[in-house]
Amino acid sequence: MTNPKNSIADKKTIPSIYPTKTKLQVTVIFFVILALYLFSMKKTTEDMVNGLDGALGNMFRVLAKFFPPNFEILKAIWNPMLETIQMAIIATTIAAIITIPLAILSARNVTTFKPLYYITRIFLNLLRTIPDVVLAVVFVGLFGIGIFPGILALIIFSLGILAKLISETIESVDMNPLEAMRASGANTLQMIWYALVPQIAPQFTSLVLYVFEINIRASVILGLVGAGGIGLTLNQQINFYNYPNAMTIIIVIFITVIIIEYISTKLREALL
Amino acid sequence: MIEFKDVNLVYPNGTQGLKNINVKINDGEFVVIVGLSGAGKSTFIRSINRLVTPTSGSLLVDNEDILKFRGKDLRKLRTKTGMIFQNYNLVKRSNVLKNVLAGRLGHTGTLRSIFNLYKKEDVSLAYESLKRVHIDEKIYNRADELSGGQQQRVSIARVLTQQPKYILADEPVASLDPPTSHQVMNYLRKINKEDKITTLVNLHFIDMAMEYADRIIGMRAGEVVFDGPVSEVTEKTFEEIYGRAIREDDLRGGAEQA
Ligand SMILES: Nc1ncnc2c1ncn2[C@@H]1O[C@H](COP(=O)(O)OP(=O)(O)OP(=O)(O)O)[C@@H](O)[C@H]1O
Ligand SMILES: [Mg+2]
Repeated sequence: MTNPKNSIADKKTIPSIYPTKTKLQVTVIFFVILALYLFSMKKTTEDMVNGLDGALGNMFRVLAKFFPPNFEILKAIWNPMLETIQMAIIATTIAAIITIPLAILSARNVTTFKPLYYITRIFLNLLRTIPDVVLAVVFVGLFGIGIFPGILALIIFSLGILAKLISETIESVDMNPLEAMRASGANTLQMIWYALVPQIAPQFTSLVLYVFEINIRASVILGLVGAGGIGLTLNQQINFYNYPNAMTIIIVIFITVIIIEYISTKLREALL
Repeated sequence: MIEFKDVNLVYPNGTQGLKNINVKINDGEFVVIVGLSGAGKSTFIRSINRLVTPTSGSLLVDNEDILKFRGKDLRKLRTKTGMIFQNYNLVKRSNVLKNVLAGRLGHTGTLRSIFNLYKKEDVSLAYESLKRVHIDEKIYNRADELSGGQQQRVSIARVLTQQPKYILADEPVASLDPPTSHQVMNYLRKINKEDKITTLVNLHFIDMAMEYADRIIGMRAGEVVFDGPVSEVTEKTFEEIYGRAIREDDLRGGAEQA
C-alpha cells in the first residue's frame, strides 16, 4: 500500500497556509484596486474647479458662515428632535415584529420548502436594493410632508437589513434541539418557540438595537427630503440661509446620536 | 409492538440505508442494535419515529402502518416514541426544567405551550422525572452548565416526561466516558424494566451490548445479519456482524466501576 499522506513532508519544505494560486489571485486583485484608487484620485482633482486648493478655500469660506451657532433656538428644535427619535423607535419596533416571519421564511435550515425560501429571499433582496432616501421621496410624494412617510420608509429600509441579519443568525443555530422536539411530537410553532427562539433571542435584541442606531441617523437624512423630524427643520434653516441656526441643529443631532449609540452599545455588550 | 415488513430505504443520493428488513420488536424488550459505522443503525431506529421515511415495505407500530402517516398522525406517533440522542440535543440556553417540560409539547396545545401554561401535573411529572435520574438539584441550571453525563440524564428525564411507549436511543453513550456510560445505560435499563417501556438502543460497544441487552440485532450494509437473544451471542457472532476480528476499541470497558 502506498502512503500518500507523507508526500508533503517528503519534500522537506514547509507548506504555506494558502495555495500559490490563491496568493497570486489576491496579489493581482490588490494591485488592480490600488491602480483604480490612484486613477480616480487624479481624475477627481482634475475635475474640480480651480483644483483641490480652490475647493478647500471655498469650503472654509462656507464653513465660517456657520459660526457662531445660535443656541437661542435650542428650545424650538427640541420637538423635532424628539419627533426624529419617535420615528426611529416606531419604525424599528414595527420592523422588528414584521421581520420575525420573514427571517424564518428566508432561513434555509428552517424553511425546507425551497420555493417559499427563494421567494422570500428575492423579496428581501429587492427591498434592500432600494435606497432609504428614494423610499422617503416616493412616500413623501404619496402621503405629503410629515413623519408618516418617514416612518414607512424607515420600516421598509430596516426590514431589509434586519431580516437578512436575523435569517443568518437563524441559519447558524444548533439544529439538534429542534430535531429532539420534532421527535417528541412538537409542531412547527412549538419547535420554533422552544428550540429556536431561546437560541436567537440575544442576537435578535442586539441587532434590533443596532438597526435602531442606524434608523436615528437615517431619519435625520430622510427629514431632509421632507419626511419629518429634525432633518426637515435642518433643511428649512439651510434653505433660509440661517447657518448659525443650522449649526445648532447639527450639534444637537451629533450629541443625540452619540448618546443613543453609547447607551445602545452598552446594552448590547450586556446582552452578548 | 413494532414490525418491519420488507422495509427498504434508499436515500435520495442512491445509498441503500435499509435492505429488506423483517424484524418484530415485542413489547417490553430491551433491544440493542450493533454494527459498524454506516451499517444503518441510525436509519433503522429513525424509521420508527419517521425522522426518515422508508421507501418501500410496511412498518407497523401498534398494528398501524406508520409509513403513510402525515401531520397529526405523525405527531401522535412521535409522542409515543421518545428519543435519546448522542449529543443530548438540549436547548443549551434554557434551564433544565424547561428542557424537561419540552417533553410534554406533543401533549400540549400550541397556545398553552407558547404562554408556558403547563398543567400542574405536567410540571410535577417533569420534577419526578428529574428525581428519577437524580438530577433534581440542577433544576434551574442552564443546560450548558452541566457535564455531558448530566445532560444525557436531563434528556432521559425529558423522555420520561413524555411518557412514551417506546424509547429509541441513538448512540446515547458515544460521547461519554466509561463510568458515565454505564450509569446512563443503567438508567435506561431500569426505566425499561420498571415502566415496561420497549427500548431500542444503538451501540457500537460489544461489551455494553452484552451487558444490557435482552436481544441483539446485528446490522451490516443496511441488512439485519443477526437477530437473537443475548444468550446466543458469542464473540464469533460479533466477528460475523462486523466482518472482521474484534478490536480493543470495540469495547467500552469500565463495567466494574459503575
Ligand atoms: N441523509 C442521508 N443521505 C444520504 N445517505 C445517508 C443519509 N444518512 C445516512 N446515509 C447513509 O446511509 C448509510 C447508513 O447510515 P446510518 O447513519 O444509518 O449508519 P449508522 O449505522 O448509524 O452509522 P454510525 O455508527 O456512524 O452512526 C450510510 O452509508 C450513510 O452514509
Ligand atoms: Mg448512527
